[in-house]
Amino acid sequence: MIRYLLPLGIFLVLAVFFAVGLQRDPSEIPSPLVGKPAPEFQLPRLHQPERAIDNAALEGEVSVVNVWASWCVGCREEHEVVKALANSGAAPVYGLNYKDAREDALRWLSHFGDPYTAIAVDRDGDVGIDWGVYGVPETFILDADGVIRYKHIGPMSETDLREKILPVIRELKTEARS
Amino acid sequence: MIAELGHFAVILALLLAVVQGVVPLVGSLRGYVNWTAVARPAATGQFVFLAIAFAALAHAFLTDQFSVAYVAQNSNSALPLAYKFAAIWGAHEGSLLLWVLILAGWTVAVAAFSRNLPEIMVARVISVMGLISIGFLSFILFTSNPFDRLMRAPAEGRDLNPLLQDPGLVIHPPLLYMGYVGLSVAFAFALAALAGGRLDSTWARWSRPWTTVAWMFLTLGISLGSWWAYNELGWGGWWFWDPVENASLMPWLVATGLMHSLAVTEKRGTFRSWTVLLAILAFSLSLLGTFLVRSGVLTSVHAFATDPTRGLYILAFLIVVVGGSLALYAWRSPTIASGTRFGFLSRESLLLGNNLLLLAITAAVLLGTLYPLFYDAMGMGKLSVGFPWFNAMFLLFAPPLGVLMGIGPITRWQHDDAQSLWRRLRLACGIAVLAFLAFALYHHSVDGLKVALGMGLAVWIAATTVVSLRSRVRAGTGLAGKWRILRRQSRSYYGMLVAHLGIAVFAVGVAAVSIWGEERDVRLGPGDEVQVGGYTFLFREVAKVDGPNYRSDMATVTVLNDGTPIATLNPEKRRYNASGQVMTESGVDVGFTRDLYVALGEPLGDGSWSVRIYDKPFVRWIWGGSILMALGGLLAVSDRRYRVARYKAKAEQALHGKPA
Repeated sequence: MIRYLLPLGIFLVLAVFFAVGLQRDPSEIPSPLVGKPAPEFQLPRLHQPERAIDNAALEGEVSVVNVWASWCVGCREEHEVVKALANSGAAPVYGLNYKDAREDALRWLSHFGDPYTAIAVDRDGDVGIDWGVYGVPETFILDADGVIRYKHIGPMSETDLREKILPVIRELKTEARS
Repeated sequence: MIAELGHFAVILALLLAVVQGVVPLVGSLRGYVNWTAVARPAATGQFVFLAIAFAALAHAFLTDQFSVAYVAQNSNSALPLAYKFAAIWGAHEGSLLLWVLILAGWTVAVAAFSRNLPEIMVARVISVMGLISIGFLSFILFTSNPFDRLMRAPAEGRDLNPLLQDPGLVIHPPLLYMGYVGLSVAFAFALAALAGGRLDSTWARWSRPWTTVAWMFLTLGISLGSWWAYNELGWGGWWFWDPVENASLMPWLVATGLMHSLAVTEKRGTFRSWTVLLAILAFSLSLLGTFLVRSGVLTSVHAFATDPTRGLYILAFLIVVVGGSLALYAWRSPTIASGTRFGFLSRESLLLGNNLLLLAITAAVLLGTLYPLFYDAMGMGKLSVGFPWFNAMFLLFAPPLGVLMGIGPITRWQHDDAQSLWRRLRLACGIAVLAFLAFALYHHSVDGLKVALGMGLAVWIAATTVVSLRSRVRAGTGLAGKWRILRRQSRSYYGMLVAHLGIAVFAVGVAAVSIWGEERDVRLGPGDEVQVGGYTFLFREVAKVDGPNYRSDMATVTVLNDGTPIATLNPEKRRYNASGQVMTESGVDVGFTRDLYVALGEPLGDGSWSVRIYDKPFVRWIWGGSILMALGGLLAVSDRRYRVARYKAKAEQALHGKPA
């Protein structure tokens, strides 16, 4: 009898592991950059190409860096959420315009709205490589010291904003005050 | 409106599945003949409604109805027509619909080709398939409805994942699902037989052709997937030990064991409870694959979008189906009489060895696939096993399997004599050992030893095939007599030989490509050339080309052999407009003894590119071998006896009356 129960027993053990496995998220691979200072960059600004923007702009307060491009559908999808984030005043939202043509980017912003405090232009995607950008859109949250504390991959939804992004920003702000 | 009709059709199909799953089963247990008679019409009805639902979804895709969320997520108005159709099964929801449609198709096939089986058995088989269908249809309706509408229809769809925009991927999922779902027939037969306590050689004979057909589809589906990965991923590899690939390999391994074990049960009446267990395991592993791919417990390059409620649902379903059937197995199989005894050296024991080895490989693959999950579940962090583990396991188990494959078909049933067996095999053995030594001495390295092993086994399998044929024709006198005997051999015998030769061809491909290949990563500008594998690759230019829904940098590379051009390759780097994803399309010159493979890397400025060039000797043999295996399966199911069987079974019924 034991012999015949063995397959069932093995399967039930597997099932327990599956049940535990379901509670975990394997894609939550911590980005190697989380907890590290944001990689250095110096890029022209989208609106004033003659002026540069660099890491200094991201220091002094909690900030959000949103990587986007006019050719990216996911960015259009999350744009309302980015606007809501900027309008909430929780933190300034900086844009990193990734592998895009300047005219396209400006037209896109005039069409869909510009929530960004400032936008850095990463024409060739070199800074994107330093920042470990897999695909647009991606969103980074930096603390007041310019250290990357959180990274969101893919378009942000209303739920992401409410349950992840805003709480992280609030937490970093209280951390900075204490 | 048509999408809503599709949704409604799925609901009706679910209701019919409930009828199909419950009424005939109860009828078969209680002996209500008119209840068991419901099985066939219910199955047909379910199929019709699912076909309607599928057509409705196809309509939504082909007419760009982006108000349907699933269409908006997986299609785009610029997508070529063939891919719009293939996009139906391009993601989770639609592929599930294809899954149930195929399940309903198999059920209708069982209903149609089972006129010679006892009604009660057919009723139970169709019931079990109906019960499986209930699980999947309610999964679709409650968590994964492909017909959901969006409140605001977007102007444009997000496009089909560019990875899937490849001819190979158009037919890969349907073939694979035909295989996965086809195993449900053997599973349903096994459960029906367990329930009725009728586990005899008749049951095995009924299950065999269905298993073989499912196995054939699975073989083709897996090899097509491997061929796609080779073309599309730009790494030149043909197998990546990705969890999703493993999920398809495990049912294949067990189904391979099941085919052999069914043969023993049919011919000798032994291995009964073992065969039932394999039938349950093969389909359970198909379901497990579904769970792994769709629940998000493992990460993979091609996992579906995940959602915890879906994972929970599939897990519950898995526990009911697999747990339930294994419990039924534990309850009923101790009563199964064991068949005739067999000697230590007999075809039975060799086939048992084959089964155990196949199961050991399956266990190794399962362990390797789930290891990260175990590790994480026990709070030890994240980790993955990867190539070394899987390759080591194959190196451990595959060679003995190959050796048995050569001996098995030549050994007698029940008992064979070691000395006479050695006399039959010594020549083949000598040739194989010589081949092994020749390759081993030539390469003189550890990797060379692996190649020698692969080549030696290939030669061994080919040589034993000749031995098997010779021993059959020995009785014939003269060429004409021998030819008459060859023509009299059954198609299933030839099917077996062809499939085994397929393994030999496959082994040659794997061994050759693992060591004789050459690979170069080079920087090439227009006019530059490079030597790889004795060929000259002349990099001519990179041009901008616009595709229907992508823009591409297309290179032109001319391959020269001794100064004469033999091929022009056009590897591409495509950027898909809607998603912005970049895809590599490699340029491949296909050949019988070698492939020349060029993949375009990144632009390096000043017009030059990083380019990856491979010379892949005998790589076609990997897929050629798989096609031979599938062909072997086709030969086996086209055997005369399956056509004659219906008359025999009729006669049997007439003799014994209707079995209760």
